[in-house]
Amino acid sequence: MTPRYSVFSLLRNALSYHENWQQAWRSPEPKARYDVIIVGGGGHGLATAYYLAKLHGIKSIAVVERGWLGGGNTGRNTTIVRSNYLWDQSAALYEHAMKLWEGLSQDLNYNVMFSQRGVLNLAHNQHDLRETLRRVNANRLNGIDSEFLNAQQVKEMVPIIDLREGGRYPVLGASLQRRGGTARHDAVAWGYARGADALGVDIIQECAVNGFRIENGKVTGVETSKGLIEADKVGVVTAGHSSVMANMAGFRLPVQSVPLQALVSEPVKPIIDTVVMSGAVHAYVSQSDKGELVIGAGVDGYIGYGQRGSMQVTEETLAAICELFPLFRRMRMLRQWGGIVDVCPDASPILSKTPVQNLYLNCGWGTGGFKATPGSGWAFAHTIAKDEPHELNAAFTLDRFRTGFLIDEHGAAAVAH
Amino acid sequence: MLQITCPHCGARAESEFHNGGEAHIERPKDPAALTDAEWAEFVFLRDNPKGLLLERWNHTQGCRRWFNVARDTVTYEILAVYPMGSQPPALDPRRYV
Repeated sequence: MTPRYSVFSLLRNALSYHENWQQAWRSPEPKARYDVIIVGGGGHGLATAYYLAKLHGIKSIAVVERGWLGGGNTGRNTTIVRSNYLWDQSAALYEHAMKLWEGLSQDLNYNVMFSQRGVLNLAHNQHDLRETLRRVNANRLNGIDSEFLNAQQVKEMVPIIDLREGGRYPVLGASLQRRGGTARHDAVAWGYARGADALGVDIIQECAVNGFRIENGKVTGVETSKGLIEADKVGVVTAGHSSVMANMAGFRLPVQSVPLQALVSEPVKPIIDTVVMSGAVHAYVSQSDKGELVIGAGVDGYIGYGQRGSMQVTEETLAAICELFPLFRRMRMLRQWGGIVDVCPDASPILSKTPVQNLYLNCGWGTGGFKATPGSGWAFAHTIAKDEPHELNAAFTLDRFRTGFLIDEHGAAAVAH
Repeated sequence: MLQITCPHCGARAESEFHNGGEAHIERPKDPAALTDAEWAEFVFLRDNPKGLLLERWNHTQGCRRWFNVARDTVTYEILAVYPMGSQPPALDPRRYV
């Protein structure tokens, strides 16, 4: 039984100079067999394991991770959480995630530092403006909080934004989701890992998957760098490496893997207390609790598995940030990195059964997976446990590329992909 | 940033080019005979290899002509540039796991 974190445990550990905190999760060796194996120890994979154990009563679960927990896209995103998606199917899924976010720290007994500081999506031209209004209204019809702000209201909320006439990127208005905001991304992985471990999930790090054992069209185990592990069901949640996994299982995916990059500045005093995103110029910015500006950028224009991102994308993003916020011009950037995102043709995820029986797939979140972490894990756990999708992810099948029922969130999702 | 050698203009910076996705995808010869699954294959399913990728590029800011490139998607090394309509040279597939 994992002891709970509380003000009392904080005081008790203060007496021993914080040197005796319990380990947050075990690092066991894999058993020969599990009921369910989750491939990929990022936020989505760990959340899946947590909800499988918590809500579906499955006792024997392993998460296998090639590197370390949250070392992929979970630790590489810009931590933004929002649910203002255009289409009904996406709105339902992301809003479900939002509701889970709102109680997540309490549920996990782990502070994920969820901060509902509001998310602004800027409109720079007449077309943006119409699309913004359409999305605000669509959100409200779906019961998601969403407001339209005119340029003056944007200026009141973000005084440092440059609204002088004739700027390179004039701001004509914005949508605002007040319940949106940011969360500490590492804490999300750690919190879910600790929660899952407490429910008996084995989290096995530094264990690469090299293949699947498939008999008569049914998966029966996973070949790993620590040997064969048998399983009744296998869930694959490997983001940028989903195609590599699908190839091992013998089918193809419609996703393309590209680097999406982000960067942080030197830390400064509080200057921006909300999240500002601009799909049209591929730039978004917020300020971390440490004072760093967290800046997100666009994706490279071609397939790549190098976790870096192209230099000209960095340059375009920073140029746009400097145009919108001229006072950032003399700031220095501390770090820049990339994460490999798997983008679907319709910029919506795949949360689905696959051509291989008992093998399930959670991928295609593209440039916006972090915000969905709790909802994705919740719906995927249901899909694995019941061997059929939940109502929330029923539309997000692999088969939609055959039927043509795409959920086109390109641009409509309030940010360019 | 990549340096791509356009077969017509020589070595130029990546920003002059536009990527055109996977190479060697043929349009269906008899579109009316295709099933939905075959259409999905043609329209949506793509190789997304971690290793050797054959792809098309267009020199948008230069001669505006198309050509094929064989590139390693991990090291970003360009292994061959060859004209449209020709078969790719024999290369190690370089599959990384």
